[in-house]
Amino acid sequence: MSILIDRTTPILVQGISGKIGQFHAKEMIEYGTNVVGGVTPGKGGQSIEGVPVFNTVKDAVASTGATASITFVPPPAAADSIMEAADAGIKFCVSVTDGIPAQDMMRVKRYMRRYRKDDRMRLTGPNCAGTISPGQSLLGIMPGHIYTPGPVGIVSRSGTLGYEAASQMKELGIGVSTSVGIGGDPINGSSFKDILELFEADPETDTVVLIGEIGGPQEAEAAEFIRDHMTKPVIAYIAGLSAPKGRTMGHAGAIITAFGEGASEKLEILRDVGATIAPDPSRIGATVADVCANAA
Amino acid sequence: MDIHEYQAKSILAGYGVPVPRGGLAYSPEQAAYRARDIGGNRWVVKAQVHTGGRGKAGGVKLCNTEDEVLEAADEMFGKRLVTNQTGPDGKIVYRVYVEGGVAIEREIYLAFVLDRKAERIMVVASAAGGMEIEEIAEKEPDSIIRNIVEPAVGIRDFQAREIAFGLGIDAGQISQAVETIKGCYRAFRDLDATMVEINPLVLTSDGGMVALDAKMTFDDNALFRHPDISELRDKSQEDARESKAADRGLNYVGLDGEIGCIVNGAGLAMATMDMIELSGGKPANFLDIGGGATPERVAKAFRLVMADENVGVILVNIFAGINRCDWVAKGIVQALQNNPVGVPVIVRLAGTNVEEGRKILVESGLPVVRAATLGEAAERAVGAWQAGTQDTAKVVAE
Repeated sequence: MSILIDRTTPILVQGISGKIGQFHAKEMIEYGTNVVGGVTPGKGGQSIEGVPVFNTVKDAVASTGATASITFVPPPAAADSIMEAADAGIKFCVSVTDGIPAQDMMRVKRYMRRYRKDDRMRLTGPNCAGTISPGQSLLGIMPGHIYTPGPVGIVSRSGTLGYEAASQMKELGIGVSTSVGIGGDPINGSSFKDILELFEADPETDTVVLIGEIGGPQEAEAAEFIRDHMTKPVIAYIAGLSAPKGRTMGHAGAIITAFGEGASEKLEILRDVGATIAPDPSRIGATVADVCANAA
Repeated sequence: MDIHEYQAKSILAGYGVPVPRGGLAYSPEQAAYRARDIGGNRWVVKAQVHTGGRGKAGGVKLCNTEDEVLEAADEMFGKRLVTNQTGPDGKIVYRVYVEGGVAIEREIYLAFVLDRKAERIMVVASAAGGMEIEEIAEKEPDSIIRNIVEPAVGIRDFQAREIAFGLGIDAGQISQAVETIKGCYRAFRDLDATMVEINPLVLTSDGGMVALDAKMTFDDNALFRHPDISELRDKSQEDARESKAADRGLNYVGLDGEIGCIVNGAGLAMATMDMIELSGGKPANFLDIGGGATPERVAKAFRLVMADENVGVILVNIFAGINRCDWVAKGIVQALQNNPVGVPVIVRLAGTNVEEGRKILVESGLPVVRAATLGEAAERAVGAWQAGTQDTAKVVAE
């Protein structure tokens, strides 16, 4: 089983006619994802990668019944595309775009709150790799072949570190229920805590890997949730032990500006609440294997 | 993106924030001319460099005559100002700002930041101005006022009043304080700033209020819609390699180690640096070549990393999702064939089209060390670095 998406989830690709959108739409379809349509304003009525294209997300939802979407829209229009999805009744949206202005995201999050909690869209990203439920559905840009189905949930700010963890686990024969990228921006749709909540409630996930990095308050918030609500074991790795203070390390959100935002402080907080810390990035898989063996 | 104090003041003045009268100078003579133009008999000459802590480093001088202004400016021009924020290289002074003296009654700290927890713009203020905020947080933590702005309606008058009264400002100056606070907020919001800091905001002895120092930082991701702000960029204040990288669409941060890193993805780039340190080496840089990296971009990355003369080994670590390993491999081959680097290159490829990528590397016949895992790649890089230093040591010994 999985969280957020499974083999039946009907999916839209926003920005499907762009080079990157089309490339990944094809990859997702080849993986077996239930892609039911695409959206590009002005290209309604066409067909790309064998799926119908619509002018608006509302039209697409009305025709296809899509409940999830992924947006490949450049930064100036990306926030708009997320709000369009929220307004059209999409339940889960992935924003891949890197480079959305922070204040645009502030407005997106404010906008999403105009819907009642039950009708409110869940967003992951921006600047994330997406979500995959291995063997079922790929709603993202990750290479599908590095994941194998199984009982371990992954939640990661970084895309490539999520891949790293999954492929190390695959080498050791450990599979993934769902892997969720939450993105590297300072303001993002879902936090670690939001996704941990879903994994905790998912009967098919029995262990969770959390991959954080320097900057921001979300790992500390996750630690509180782990302490108070998680019954499942959590393995954590935090990137950036060697990162200098006050410098942005690629991700707009990966910058240490306050005490507690460095990698070692975050690891300390997570260790204190009982998470198992992976000693280095090449041993994330091995640490998961140890934890799973101890649990069995 | 950071801008200079005089630029921030000019922007804020446009939003109704009171600033002292001042003028920019590119030479000592011009500084003296500016002082005469401003008038009065007290001036402050301030080095325009992108850093705080200028006062302690000799970048701010109080002058009582035009000659003193000329001398102070003469001493600053071309000087490398090293503060607690610049690192050992400091920042070179190419511009100075001359301002009329202000009779200070009280100093207040006022700043606007993007608060990541609240996901809102937050006002941070303190009656203990003049010190850096870290120092205030340590010495006078109770003096810090925090107030979060609801983005749908912007900052309200009552919020600005609460802050002003909280700072102990007299009733007679409240409306001026409210206008200043609201002006800073509007500048922050309209121009996509990530930080506006006025430290100190001065209450003058004649009942006035003036922003004595001002700092603004802008969201790089929003510069596309602010061409006039983009024009304020001063490359002389940036690390030359970092701005060169940024111009080429690469994310580079220079560090002081010897193992050059070329990685895709910020998280993996940080993890690669961590792995190098844990294996006993030191990374020379952070470099994320980003998604969809073309062979041309990879070749540029090699040139950039090799421009750092401390680099003795290069570690390429690519886990391809949006990238494709065959593109990256082509880039590596192209870069190394056109510009042999003369240092060991360790390459680890994984992800999309990994077999094609490996094939391209093998068929090229280039002396590239391949590694299957991150751990192996870091170990081999550190090993190659240590072997290299031993060889050098041997040569020196002979």
